[in-house]
Amino acid sequence: MADEQKLFKVTIDNITVEVAPGTTILNAARLIGGDIVPPAMCYYSKLQGSGGKCRTCLVKVTKGSEADPRPMPKLVASCRTTVMDGMEVANITSPEVVDARKSIVEFLLINHPLDCPVCDQAGECHLQDLSYEHGVSATRYEFKRRTFDKVDLGDHIKLHMTRCILCYRCVFTADQLTDKREHGILGRGDHSEISTYIEQNLDNDFIGNVIDVCPVGALTDKTFRFKNRVWFLKPVDAHRDCENPKCCGKTVLWMRGDEVFRVTARKDQYGEVEAYICDTCRFEKKETSDWVIEGPRKINRHSVISQGHYVGMVKPQETIVKVMDGRAPKLLMDIHRVSEVNRPEIDLSKIEGPAHSDDFKINGVHPQ
Amino acid sequence: MQALTDRSKMVDRKPMTFVERLYLWNIIKGMRITFAHLFRKKVTVKFPEQKRAFSPVFRGLHILNRDEEGRERCTACGLCAVSCPAEAITMEGAERKPGEEHLYREEKYAAKYEINMLRCIFCGFCEEACPKDAIYLTETFAPANYKREGFIYGKDDLLIPDPKTGK
Repeated sequence: MADEQKLFKVTIDNITVEVAPGTTILNAARLIGGDIVPPAMCYYSKLQGSGGKCRTCLVKVTKGSEADPRPMPKLVASCRTTVMDGMEVANITSPEVVDARKSIVEFLLINHPLDCPVCDQAGECHLQDLSYEHGVSATRYEFKRRTFDKVDLGDHIKLHMTRCILCYRCVFTADQLTDKREHGILGRGDHSEISTYIEQNLDNDFIGNVIDVCPVGALTDKTFRFKNRVWFLKPVDAHRDCENPKCCGKTVLWMRGDEVFRVTARKDQYGEVEAYICDTCRFEKKETSDWVIEGPRKINRHSVISQGHYVGMVKPQETIVKVMDGRAPKLLMDIHRVSEVNRPEIDLSKIEGPAHSDDFKINGVHPQ
Repeated sequence: MQALTDRSKMVDRKPMTFVERLYLWNIIKGMRITFAHLFRKKVTVKFPEQKRAFSPVFRGLHILNRDEEGRERCTACGLCAVSCPAEAITMEGAERKPGEEHLYREEKYAAKYEINMLRCIFCGFCEEACPKDAIYLTETFAPANYKREGFIYGKDDLLIPDPKTGK
């Protein structure tokens, strides 16, 4: 058949795969999967035009193609370079790439504050993972880091410009998902910053997706702000019939007990959302009764979020009731009566924004 | 059969001699050991008045630290709680309001911080995990208590006094 598409043969780290012409090296590597997939901070497969900004996905092309076997002179961004037939690419097998990636991480961290203990993204932050895997443990930067004031983007989103790595993902999200984009990047070079001009509110049905899309903690959920750490929450898959026709209603609820602390879209192994969700699902449905819970979400066991989640664990049964003819064991202390944490009167997940010192008063009095 | 120890002795079933039948000799022998112990160096100390020196790596009761301006260092990052093998630490974070800058060092702080000393095994992992130098294990014992409720240490038990005001 004449119109049958010719597949390109590409070898990445000595693994050969056949892909359609026009595929980028990054996507070809993702077809193979595993350790050889270059990390990506700015490329997002669901957003058109993303990629090419952060340079973390740099790879070395050791053989250009079958027709022109010369290697490419410089490392190339794999998210923007399309494959050629017979191309050979070295990612983790090339010390040059590993070294370059280490430098890129250092560059990304030059202006990034070290406020992971405060940041809500910690534990699911791509920059944290990236610097842990590829970076150095100490900084060589001796100058003042650029700082910005925190900005409220609308009622539900908090922008920490200091943490931003200028990946443009949120700009593409707002451009492609919502009717009208109100924020963008102002300034150039070192002065560039994400901003809404004259700090205009962002109110679009899908603007909440910029939180999920952000690889760092620059855009965070204000309804979840400082409420809890992600690794103390239990992610469960849930869905609801959303009135918004564009919203799939399939989400992850981050729960603690029966409280829904936050709602996010489901993310795949590359940290990209499977389908976008609307702001009603994300910010306003914080009751368990709003959702149909499907079951616990599978979390990679190398993630800190999986701490305390044991797979296939058989919980030991309480035997005292059986042995003592149905009498319950006598509790010497009920921790919920003594503990100041997790009081039933204070429902942190129901508070609109972050909790403040007033929120911990019971009947107007501070208990401690 | 070979003896298990070199101190085993065959049971002596000979009839007792006259001195042995008096029993006095054996009592003198026993009292000699008793009085010898009276003059030996004692292995115990009189505890409340006299205290043994702590090892430099001793890990005792926790404190929550303040910085030199008296602001709480803890930001409720949860690293102590996640590293705690006994799951003794719980906390609730809150955002610092304008006007509270003299109380809390960072924009986020622990509104509630609790260590269950019944669960704590004093391993010191929390101290190691803390990125803010906020929690330390001191050279003090966790004091005894009559009730279990007294072992739930909140922030008012753990925070050190303000270095400026002393309160």
